[in-house]
Amino acid sequence: MIRVLPVEGDLRRVIGDGEKIPDGEVDGLGADELLALHRNLVLLRTYDERSVIYHRQGRIGTYAIFWNHEAMQVGSVFALADRDWIFPAYRESAIGLLRGMPVSTVLSWWRGHPAGWWNPRDFNVASICVPIATQVPHAVGFAWGSRLKGEDRVALTLFGDGATSEGAFHEAATFAGVMKAPVVLFCNNNYWAISTPLSKQTAAETLVAKAAGYGIPGVRVDGGDVLAVYEATRDAVERARTGDGPTFIEAVSYRAAPHATADDPSLYVDAERVEEERENECVGRYERYLRRLGVLTDGHAEAVRSEALELMRAGIAAAEAEPPADPSLVFEHAYADPPPSQARDLAELKRILGT
Amino acid sequence: MSERFLVEAVNDALHVEMERDSSVMVMGEDVGVLGGVFRATAGLQERFGADRCVDTPLAEAGILGTAVGLCMAGWRPVCEMQYDAFSYPALDQLINHVGRYRWRTRGGMEFPLTIRMPYGGGVRAPELHDDSPETYYVHTPGVKVAIPSTPADAKGLLAAAIRDPDPVVVLEPKLYYRAAKEEVPDGEHVVPLGQARIAREGSDLTIVAYGAMVHVALAAAEAVGDEASCEVLDLRSLKPLDEDGLLASVVKTGRVVVVQEAPRVCGFAAEVVAVLAERAIFDLRGPVIRVTGYDVPYPYWQIEDAYMPSVERVVDAVRRVLSA
Repeated sequence: MIRVLPVEGDLRRVIGDGEKIPDGEVDGLGADELLALHRNLVLLRTYDERSVIYHRQGRIGTYAIFWNHEAMQVGSVFALADRDWIFPAYRESAIGLLRGMPVSTVLSWWRGHPAGWWNPRDFNVASICVPIATQVPHAVGFAWGSRLKGEDRVALTLFGDGATSEGAFHEAATFAGVMKAPVVLFCNNNYWAISTPLSKQTAAETLVAKAAGYGIPGVRVDGGDVLAVYEATRDAVERARTGDGPTFIEAVSYRAAPHATADDPSLYVDAERVEEERENECVGRYERYLRRLGVLTDGHAEAVRSEALELMRAGIAAAEAEPPADPSLVFEHAYADPPPSQARDLAELKRILGT
Repeated sequence: MSERFLVEAVNDALHVEMERDSSVMVMGEDVGVLGGVFRATAGLQERFGADRCVDTPLAEAGILGTAVGLCMAGWRPVCEMQYDAFSYPALDQLINHVGRYRWRTRGGMEFPLTIRMPYGGGVRAPELHDDSPETYYVHTPGVKVAIPSTPADAKGLLAAAIRDPDPVVVLEPKLYYRAAKEEVPDGEHVVPLGQARIAREGSDLTIVAYGAMVHVALAAAEAVGDEASCEVLDLRSLKPLDEDGLLASVVKTGRVVVVQEAPRVCGFAAEVVAVLAERAIFDLRGPVIRVTGYDVPYPYWQIEDAYMPSVERVVDAVRRVLSA
């Protein structure tokens, strides 16, 4: 039984506040699934917090923080089958962990080491996309192309509020609507694009309003509510699978951490609002919900956290144990069938390096 | 063999390659029902259906961006950009993804897509239907570029591009789309990328050209007459570049004029000259001169002939090299 509570207009919520707003529940999720969601949330939270520390220790490079975005990533991916594909942006750099990608792979990516560059087919997770919104047409094309081949695969792509200002988003959403692509366009609206607030990003009242312009159904959910995100994505995936085409999901959240390790948000954020949001962050909210349900015990929570920390310790050790990258990888894989000049360039590099 | 216009040879290549490989699909603006504004894709939708010859929204970045995803789903998309200058919105996808994605997945995924477009001036068209954008494409790592000058090469290079495991941009000289019918091999016909063609044999000087400028170079070689025996080298493919073919011609003649329609600065002629400076300097008997479009926006069509490299300008350059 889904209970959708009207908060901030049509914002869908399942998790209550333990006081005035009652808890709902999502049909089909038993204790095992609820705890699996919890484990995934803790895994990503631990990944994110440890990564900031690893950066400060000089063990990884600049890192894009996703603290308080875990519910959006975990909830949406939980609604997919393993054969469905994920097209992430850099804010979802560790989303592959939800598909069994090793921690060391993602850390290697942030270490600029070739071991961090995976084959998307191994996890059905496309490469981390850095240029904003440019992965959205890939997801649409993949979904459309899969449907043309008669393959039952849905694509989920995640992007931020700023991405909806990009031409790539506009063209991709246009294609998705026209081609009836089985794709879920998942916008994590965290109100900030580095220092630019949503009010300067768009004059639209909500981002979900944009969906109408593409002839795509839109849903607005509480992005800090992992169950609401899951339930909305599950509906969207179901629509996609049954041939009804794309859905736009606006998950409303708040970026309660810097954009990245190189960012200084003290120059632009409202510190009070950030404090408020941090107190209501998505992992804690879900843990309180599970405790109210009687599903989560202190012992289990502690065990899950230890397990995640151990994965991170092993992951950074494995990433740091990677042998130095072979400079010939500068050339390898740029072409399947490289121009002849490349062999000369490689020979020159080897001569200069004395290898 | 059949007598075909260049654009008909393009159409023939698409028919043959789509017949041969069911993962080849054509997509672009007006390519389906209409068969393309130049009719390059005429008959494809009737023959192969609307799923394999797709009329897309008017969105070039969307065409190329979704083509990246189509490759990931197992297709070999052939994207038509309706005109040269209309392709610029797609550069974001080309530079950031098309040229990088294979490398980014360490060879795990291939992007065997083709982008084809009519290019170049001289057709008395409105603004921005006349550009020669090859430099942007050649400069993009991970992307190959071919430019045919004849109907047979238009078919063979396009077939090679479609079969190539890497992304290839094919620029078709629209001025010569329907200039003259020439013999084109029937059925499967592939001209491998990276093999230049001697369009005219000569011994005193090499005129290097590609695409529409091959015709200007040939006319100039004729106009020079007995003053010098001019060889015309049609590069056919800018990346991979047939450096051996280029050097072999220059070893023979020792003198070079390079012709390109695009503006001069950092154009492909500069690359040809740089290759000669690095690898053929002791074979050269005079300066290498470029004849190019000027470094200005492509002009209104009433004065476009003054912009386009002309037979007169090429002849003048040949004489300057000969007298140096």
